[in-house]
Amino acid sequence: MSYGRMHRKEDARFIRGRGTYTDDVRLPGMLYGAILRSPHAHARIVSVDASAAEAHPKVRAVITGQTLAGLGLAWMPTLSQDIQAVLATDKVRFQGQEVAFVVAEDAYSARDALELIDVEYEPLDAVVDARTALDQDAPVIRDDLEGRTDNHLFDWEAGDRARTDAIFERAEVKVAQDMLYPRVHPAPLETCGAVADFDKVTGKLTVWCPTQAPHAHRTLYAMVAGLPEHKIRVISPDIGGGFGGKVGIYPGYVCAIVGSIVTGRPVKWMEDRSENLMSTSFARDYHMRGEIAATRDGKIQAIRVKVLADHGAFNGTAQPTKFPAGFFHVFSGSYDVEAAHCEVTGVYTNKAPGGVAYACSFRVTEAVYLVERMVDVLAAELGTDPAELRLRNLLRPEQFPYHSPTGWEYDSGDYPRALRLALDMAGYDKLRAEQADRRARGELMGIGISFFTEAVGAGPRKHMDILGLGMADGAELRVHPTGKAVLRVSCQSQGQGHETTFAQIVGHELGIPADDVEVVHGDTDQTPFGLGTYGSRSTPVSGAAAAIVSRKVRDRARIVAAAMLEASPDDLEWSDGTWSVVGDPASGKSLAEIALAAHSNLELPDGVEGHLDAVTVYNPPNLTYPFGAYICVVDVDPGTGQVRVRRFVAVDDCGVRINPMIVEGQIHGGLADGVGMALMQVMAFDEDGNHLGASFMDYLLPTSMECPSWELGETVTPSPAHPIGAKGVGESATVGSPAAVVNAVVDALAPYGVRHADMPLTPANVWRVVNGDPFRTDLAIS
Amino acid sequence: MQVPARFAYERADSVPHALQLLERYGPEARVVAGGHSLIPMMKLRLAQPEALIDINGLTELGQITVEGEELVIGALVRHAELLAHTIATDLFPIFRDAERVIADPIVRNRGTVGGSLCQADPSEDLSAVFSALRATAVIQAGGAPSRKVPIRAFHHGPYETAVEPGELLVQLRVPIRTGTGSAYEKVERRVGDWPVAAAGAVLRVVDGVIEQAGIGLTAVGAEHFCSPEAERYLEGRQPGEEAFAQAGRIAAEHCEPHADQRGPADYKRHLAAELTRRALAAAAERI
Ligand SMILES: Cc1cc2nc3c(=O)[nH]c(=O)nc-3n(C[C@H](O)[C@H](O)[C@H](O)COP(=O)(O)OP(=O)(O)OC[C@H]3O[C@@H](n4cnc5c(N)ncnc54)[C@H](O)[C@@H]3O)c2cc1C
Repeated sequence: MSYGRMHRKEDARFIRGRGTYTDDVRLPGMLYGAILRSPHAHARIVSVDASAAEAHPKVRAVITGQTLAGLGLAWMPTLSQDIQAVLATDKVRFQGQEVAFVVAEDAYSARDALELIDVEYEPLDAVVDARTALDQDAPVIRDDLEGRTDNHLFDWEAGDRARTDAIFERAEVKVAQDMLYPRVHPAPLETCGAVADFDKVTGKLTVWCPTQAPHAHRTLYAMVAGLPEHKIRVISPDIGGGFGGKVGIYPGYVCAIVGSIVTGRPVKWMEDRSENLMSTSFARDYHMRGEIAATRDGKIQAIRVKVLADHGAFNGTAQPTKFPAGFFHVFSGSYDVEAAHCEVTGVYTNKAPGGVAYACSFRVTEAVYLVERMVDVLAAELGTDPAELRLRNLLRPEQFPYHSPTGWEYDSGDYPRALRLALDMAGYDKLRAEQADRRARGELMGIGISFFTEAVGAGPRKHMDILGLGMADGAELRVHPTGKAVLRVSCQSQGQGHETTFAQIVGHELGIPADDVEVVHGDTDQTPFGLGTYGSRSTPVSGAAAAIVSRKVRDRARIVAAAMLEASPDDLEWSDGTWSVVGDPASGKSLAEIALAAHSNLELPDGVEGHLDAVTVYNPPNLTYPFGAYICVVDVDPGTGQVRVRRFVAVDDCGVRINPMIVEGQIHGGLADGVGMALMQVMAFDEDGNHLGASFMDYLLPTSMECPSWELGETVTPSPAHPIGAKGVGESATVGSPAAVVNAVVDALAPYGVRHADMPLTPANVWRVVNGDPFRTDLAIS
Repeated sequence: MQVPARFAYERADSVPHALQLLERYGPEARVVAGGHSLIPMMKLRLAQPEALIDINGLTELGQITVEGEELVIGALVRHAELLAHTIATDLFPIFRDAERVIADPIVRNRGTVGGSLCQADPSEDLSAVFSALRATAVIQAGGAPSRKVPIRAFHHGPYETAVEPGELLVQLRVPIRTGTGSAYEKVERRVGDWPVAAAGAVLRVVDGVIEQAGIGLTAVGAEHFCSPEAERYLEGRQPGEEAFAQAGRIAAEHCEPHADQRGPADYKRHLAAELTRRALAAAAERI
């Protein structure tokens, strides 16, 4: 009843400027904080003199690393079992690192006072290029850790090495390619920030902050700061984009909390744009070497990958604890291969910490990029059409549930159907004919394909936790006497439209309009525990919880309806949104009627409580595996290297679509993201570790002018592991699209013998690639 | 939030008033026009003027007129106004070409022609445009008659111009001559971005021969945003693909691009040639 297109319930307030973001929170007596950051990428702190700042008439507190050390808070745990400096005490380890925090009566005075703090630094050599981080003579970044003598972070592997190597040894065809997935940034329009209010009388701490995981934040604050958890309330109000960058706890949040405790007044701290780009979670930064072993007639047999992962100065990656490379080992992708193996080495560098943020599904983005580029490299080697090569190797529908060689169980899919649909929509054969004509005239046109399999909805708690907290999420459903409902969920929307989608799920299950369901989220005092929204997990996990809690309510309603109808519950059936006596549809009682009865003096069977409310916790039995086939068409100007994306066809299968309009919105955004990453985005660093992308003049976001009118298609293969057959979709397009764009550009450049080019494919980069002289996109261009 | 340091603010209501205020506040005062270059620098605290003299009320500087053989553009004319001014863009299509790709509509609604030239960023598009057009800048000081400076003597280096503290740029005067075509070609990484490199061309052809050529270049380290060597090469020749390509090569040879995150020097040099060639060809088409 309630699935289908409907306008988003949240849009009325956003469109009218009536949303409430963290920066909109204003409390009586509120003070303002500002952070002093390191200008150096690597330097020893000789001294910090804050006396002049403290003397500023409007400054109420200056907090330094030393202040925090006294409270045992100078360091905090990261989400990946490392520690991170809240305010630096010994050294600074990346440009933009937090050094001191000023609290003042207004934002201007706080900023002015930063200039009054005198920090003496002794600059050290910086480790900028991950490829040199493990050199013998590389400066040791993490000398704060006992016994550290190098910048090595971890080695991790997945798959069967011996079997993979054996296949490679006797393979007819082998291809290999080095590629970089450069460091990029989620760059949400709303930067990070917090308003902290510690009430000395009640002992209660309230933190407003745009977090994607409010409950996890509360628990971590309790564990780290020793505050009792019931005295902490985290409120995540409206969020202006998260993309994974708002999962972790940033030093600024801790500073705001300490600032409020120290001054006894609420403290607001909001990052500016440069701070956001320089210091919060980056994404990717994977230096990869992929290899494929295949038969001469194009059957892919094995895939092998080596990765050097740049984790920055602290390992702040947000991902299930067991998996230091996230879900990268899903890299065998959508193909039927005999064996696969990957090795990932993580290193520290003098860059900001973070790791998986940015709509990446815990590194599935890197995995898809790798395999989809490699398949094209193989196609070029064999002289086979890339669509044909994919069709020859895609998993077949009868292979599902499919056990991948690296340990995944793909739930459901019909891959050839999706690819064929995309090829039809694009008019693939015609495009190839046009390309041949243009090539004959010296014009550069490219067609790129990407087929992706995502692994989302983390996750089964026996495999997946973050710092020991299992990845199961709760839901509570309350039905008021008049039949209107309130759903409370643990996840937190950053623009995904949960208030609409989840209301539709409840409405569908209970036979009431979605408008009769209010969705409450983002406030730990009002919602059940759960790990939040990232990795496309909201619909797979919380959406499932919403369906199941609704079914619990429906079951309770059946008992009440039976009492109303003086029948046995067993004799009732649910149809058209009512409980009725089997064979007598006219007897049907709607949820509103039943709810009123449940709150009335109607006599209920012994042991049956009144009301209809229910709670549940959903522990997903498996991930969900959305997939899709993308085709991109580009034109490249041979004289300037400029790339224009002419068309983009995206066929997505995310199982059952609850609100197709919202799904399409998610896909549109992700495709634009993909164009951005493929063509213009990178956070590069010069040899001293200076950040070369710290403003929107330098770090480019794609606009509508770079995006074609997206051509969307769909197939629907329900997930058998999900109560309503839905799969996650938030990140599908971001995961799948960069490879399509890059494959298209490389295809356009084929007349020059080009087989690979690293992102971003800026005009300069394309021109250099054509000239056989590509530059490192992650370093300063010289 | 990025917030500037403390400054005084005065709004001028006439040119003489603005000049008076500049004198009163001294060399640490700055004029603010559209503010799209100055305010971001203040928020980043790269600029910390003690006072801002706001000239946005000076409607006398906001006009575009034809005076005899010259198109006169007031310093306070907004990018968007120049773009929408069909007399100006029909006379000199180079304005339309360039203004369409300067920043984005929001910046163009506010940013001014005078501010662009006074900012003197080495990547400023309009600097190349006016240089190609051989315009004249009119500068006004307090208590003195205005003085005229040829645009090719206006820029003294990155962020430095002939406008002294206490002075205002008031006008740009562009000579109108028949038989002229003009065009602008720019490569940017994304719409609204500053140029990786750009070239403007103005051609006057008389009796099938190029009588005068103007070549403007930006973001490639060309002195005074022009290429006199390539212009000299073209003058007296017949317009044509070969000549334009050679002019492009000469222009590229004589510029001095620097590598930055928009691209390496060799690429920018290549663009100087390629875009000069394209701009010349487009300008020739429009005569
Ligand atoms: C996002 C963005 C993108 C941009 N992209 C481009 C681009 O692609 N190409 C390009 O060329 N430009 C670009 N610009 C710059 C834009 O054109 C600015 O508007 C312009 O550089 C400055 O004009 P303004 O009126 O805003 O000057 P202001 O910021 O007000 O002033 C700039 C400087 O000129 C001085 N000044 C201003 N007017 C006068 C005057 N009449 N007399 C004396 N001094 C004066 C000021 O004191 C100041 O030093 C971009 C700007 C932004 C914000």
